[in-house]
Amino acid sequence: MNFVCNFPFISIIITLFSGPLCTILSGKWAKRVNEAVIVIVGILSACVLGYVGGTGEAFVYRMGHFPAPWGNEIRVGVLEAFMGFFFCVIMLLCMVAGAREREEEIEESKQNLYYVMVNLLLCSLLALIYTNDLFTAYVFVEINTISACGLIMIRQNGRTIEAATRYMIMSLLGSGLLLLGLCFLYDLTGHLLMSNIKEQVHILAQTGQYHIPLMVSVGLMSVGLAMKSALYPFHAWLPDAYGYSTLSSAAILSSLVSKGYIFLLIKIFYRVVGFEVLTGSKVANVLFVFGIIGMIMGSLNAMQEDQITRMIAYSSVAQIGYIYMGIGLATQEGMVASIYHVISHGATKSLLFVAASGLTAASAGGTRYRNLAGSGYRNKLAGIAFTVGSLSMVGMPMFSGFISKLFFAQAAVGHAHKMLPTFIALAISTILNAAYFMKMVISIYSPRYGGNEEEDASYAVQDGWNYGEVSHKEMRRNGGKVIFMKDQPVKAAALICFIVLNFILGLNSEPIIRMIQKGLAMFG
Amino acid sequence: MSLGNLVGNYEEAVAMILFGIGFSNLLLQKNLIKKIIGLNIMDTATYLFLALKGYIEGRKAPVVVDGVQSVEAYVNPIPSGLVLTGIVVSVSVTALMLSLTIRLYRRYHTLDLDEISTQLKKEGK
Repeated sequence: MNFVCNFPFISIIITLFSGPLCTILSGKWAKRVNEAVIVIVGILSACVLGYVGGTGEAFVYRMGHFPAPWGNEIRVGVLEAFMGFFFCVIMLLCMVAGAREREEEIEESKQNLYYVMVNLLLCSLLALIYTNDLFTAYVFVEINTISACGLIMIRQNGRTIEAATRYMIMSLLGSGLLLLGLCFLYDLTGHLLMSNIKEQVHILAQTGQYHIPLMVSVGLMSVGLAMKSALYPFHAWLPDAYGYSTLSSAAILSSLVSKGYIFLLIKIFYRVVGFEVLTGSKVANVLFVFGIIGMIMGSLNAMQEDQITRMIAYSSVAQIGYIYMGIGLATQEGMVASIYHVISHGATKSLLFVAASGLTAASAGGTRYRNLAGSGYRNKLAGIAFTVGSLSMVGMPMFSGFISKLFFAQAAVGHAHKMLPTFIALAISTILNAAYFMKMVISIYSPRYGGNEEEDASYAVQDGWNYGEVSHKEMRRNGGKVIFMKDQPVKAAALICFIVLNFILGLNSEPIIRMIQKGLAMFG
Repeated sequence: MSLGNLVGNYEEAVAMILFGIGFSNLLLQKNLIKKIIGLNIMDTATYLFLALKGYIEGRKAPVVVDGVQSVEAYVNPIPSGLVLTGIVVSVSVTALMLSLTIRLYRRYHTLDLDEISTQLKKEGK
């Protein structure tokens, strides 16, 4: 066995042990350890990706060298390695971009605890991606939930504690259902390793034995994971959790945490249940319907929202709806589109959160439409980044959002019952997305002083200006402090990386799509 | 159907009913402590289900005593192992929920989640 095969296990262990290590370090050192760990794990994942891409087949790593039905296994294909790498990149960018906010918003004595949570979060995400054992997956789902809860409530105010409580309640309901579904499946098949369960499920499906318990189990697991990843009716905790937590938490939660659960669900569909059994069941239709409702309701809620972070959070609800709609199509193309959207949304949503915080900082902390007017001029890079993110979310060509919408539409073509609803939902959702994202973009590029003399005068008084003495250009800049790129070089670099990532995903999607297809073929 | 089978299914039905009770309590109760009790009932019901499934009539716990090494003499230890893991998880999430509840109670002097939301709206932050 090649030495590279140890890397997935090593990355999980490094992240797992660096968590407790951070409890005894000072905040500054914990930050360094955390960044180093993310970089190392990213490099290791890239090596694994290169190796698996070269051999062209997935490898199985036996933990403790116990043979198949007894031991615990890690199984890595192209898609898993790529996801591990991608999650590391996004997490590093989020952590780097939110460093200043963390220092301001988290108490001095609790700084290092934040990095404990982040390390454990990365550990659980990696384990969810790599593991081949259902019960291990369940345990790491819980670790993921607990550390995500820590990320929300590290910034101590009433809102975040309430949001963390609501998040925990929803997550626990979801994991209860997941655990029950898993026990059913274990009871039916007698195995915990995914590949072994699949063999048994295949036999059960052929003989038609235990059909109802099998479907109940698949349903329970799907609903459980859907609840945890905030599919529409279970999203109540999401806007507060994303809207009021510190910047890097919001970015990581929106772009990684829910994606880990979705990835696990896709893995369960392919490797545990088997795709043929899934297509034969009605479970996918339920996910499809809720996905479509989520796409539209999420956008409608976002339109009513006045505050920028909460608007972006509601937009996440809509995007998760897209992903579940793709899964619900229950075709190979639908899955490819969903996984591409997981990647594209992960890159775009974190960009939007970082850009939004830049705009807020340039508007004296104001987060509403009116406060943000003209902030695109005051913080140019954040303005550009927000525009790029918005265009991507709306689905403009050249940006990553367009590619995923295109693939969703292509996947739906020729589907007997689901083609028309998908097209209609995509169209409506795109219009709604455009309505609220473009409203925000126009708002950040419109001068705060609009020409209506009375209103302008009242704003000028608020801002402490003597209206009439200064030119419009100066006034447009006013209303907050002007932020240049050189003031925040790290954040600027992170934003530029996000923008570049978005363009790469949008303009160069072909190799990624091919890799997802290859990865899915290795999945089974 | 033999009587043993019927009795077995009866116990599993109890486990499922308990799960339902716990689930709906966690979802619908307003009081945070009652929610946590619901959570524990739900988790325990799952462990009951697992333990039931792992037990084979007439066999013993898998601890070798008196030199009996036949596989037929013992039950499968894995379900018990799963239950133990599950209990660990459940204890830690319960502790986390309780600590969150304490925080909320100190701040808002109530355990009612809806009332906490109303107070938050009044604060207007």
